[in-house]
Amino acid sequence: MIPLSHALILGAVLFSISVVGIFLNRKNLVILLMAIELLLLAVNINFIAFSYHLGDVAGQIFVFFILTVAAAESAIGLAILIVLFRARRTINVDDIDMLKG
Amino acid sequence: MNVASLSVNLAIPEILIATMACLILVAGLFGSPERSGLLCYRLSIAVLLTAAVLAILGITSDSQLAFNGLFVDDPLAELLKFGICMLSAAVFIYGRQYNLDRNLFHSEYYVLGLLAVCGMMVMISANHLLALYLGLELMSLCLYSMIAFYREDKLAVESAMKYFVLGALASSILLYGISLLYGLTGSLHLPEIRDAIAGMDHSNPALLLGVVLIVTGLGFKLGVVPFHMWVPDVYQGAPTSTTAFIGSAPKIAAFALVIRLLSGGLQDMHDVWYQMLIILALLSVLAGNVIAIAQDNLKRMLAYSTISHMGFFLFGVLAGNQAGYSAALFYVLVYAIMSCGAFGLILMLSRKGFESDLLDDLKGLDRNSPWIAVLFLILMLSMAGIPPMAGFFAKLAVIRSLVEQDLVWVAVFAVLLAVVGAYYYLRIIKLVYFDPPTAPGSIAVKPMSLAVIVANIGILVVMLPWIGALIELCRHAIRGIG
Repeated sequence: MIPLSHALILGAVLFSISVVGIFLNRKNLVILLMAIELLLLAVNINFIAFSYHLGDVAGQIFVFFILTVAAAESAIGLAILIVLFRARRTINVDDIDMLKG
Repeated sequence: MNVASLSVNLAIPEILIATMACLILVAGLFGSPERSGLLCYRLSIAVLLTAAVLAILGITSDSQLAFNGLFVDDPLAELLKFGICMLSAAVFIYGRQYNLDRNLFHSEYYVLGLLAVCGMMVMISANHLLALYLGLELMSLCLYSMIAFYREDKLAVESAMKYFVLGALASSILLYGISLLYGLTGSLHLPEIRDAIAGMDHSNPALLLGVVLIVTGLGFKLGVVPFHMWVPDVYQGAPTSTTAFIGSAPKIAAFALVIRLLSGGLQDMHDVWYQMLIILALLSVLAGNVIAIAQDNLKRMLAYSTISHMGFFLFGVLAGNQAGYSAALFYVLVYAIMSCGAFGLILMLSRKGFESDLLDDLKGLDRNSPWIAVLFLILMLSMAGIPPMAGFFAKLAVIRSLVEQDLVWVAVFAVLLAVVGAYYYLRIIKLVYFDPPTAPGSIAVKPMSLAVIVANIGILVVMLPWIGALIELCRHAIRGIG
């Protein structure tokens, strides 16, 4: 049986990879959307590990809802991406700088 | 399980809004785009006003649970729901002409708005982390789409993308904190989490990490320094009708989010989140007020003013007792009314091809439209917190709760920065009254919008004789959550 700590470390590593991906990625917005998806999946691993460890199904039910929300979120993210490409002809993160921020 | 034990009747306002949003989506398919837009606009306003009335009728003195404890109905929830519905209806009314001029007057815009309101209301009544998360996401996803709705505009689309990325990051951080809380306490139910934490070692590193992640997620959602990067860009880039929406009702919902999580679930960890909030609040009041001075864009200036107001709101929360929470509640309600009015005035002044979002556009407003100038005067005095106005009493309540906590140095710091903040509010009054006009002539405002904005800003003056009763109402609402 896999101990709880291994699953939690996997979740934490995936979460860190995606946070680093969001901040280091200067090229492509699609990669950014992938990093956001990975963030939610890392949280899912945490929930499933805890749920299994505690013998409580609430965590697994939460995961179903997170998966649904993640699907809605990537749909909206891709829609905004397409609108952005139409308006600006680029999806390079460095070029998204009309607003000084 | 029978339906009666679910107490569905407590969630009638949410159910009404969600059902009507679906019906309005279908109704928008019939007729020409302008006709269906107008129909859906009127229906949405009617739905919001009905939900506001239902929320007030459903007010109770104690808290009742519904949906097997997922949903809680208490005086605080009803008060906040009433505020959200009224402000959203007002924002829709202000934005009508603006949306028509910019080809945003479609049924879908109002459906998204209604669903966002539904998400906020679910969040307000959440008694379970799942309900809280779903309400938050419903609200956020609708807000991203409402910004990107103005798809011809490069700035709007860019700000939608920025808001989306940072909003998703914030939700994930919050969610990671929630998963740690779940693992440690074995429950997602907020009262059970509170009980479990009471019996735990508070220096447990995993618990501390969970609290830190949750406060970070909240900081992103509130837009406090150092998690504020998205606020100015979103406020400036979004179409003003959407900025008005983002600037008003979601702030009230954010208050509920903070109270449900920090007071409902993590009250026993007060000594930990208190230290984080004090840093966030101090930085926000400092950065918000100082950077706002350097802005030449009115929407961007109001964004920095929002950051400083959110800092003030956190000053109320960090006391961690009922006096502090009720001061924060009063502050956030007054702030949401002021913010709604401020963006409403910008919407009145803008017209086709003219955004009226630069400070210079306000020059000499007094000559062209003296009544709007008077509204600006009242609003800016209130935002600055000049004594007879409502904004002053809101600030006073927060500062009093700080002094009662023996945080006098924080209170002094807050007052000094409020004085710095007064500079840029008073500068607007100077532009409006003492500078020669530059913007094109007088403005034709729809009587409906004018009536609503007069009511919206007038309430800041009319409430003055009853200010004590209103603060007492906020105390009563906070006592109800226990």
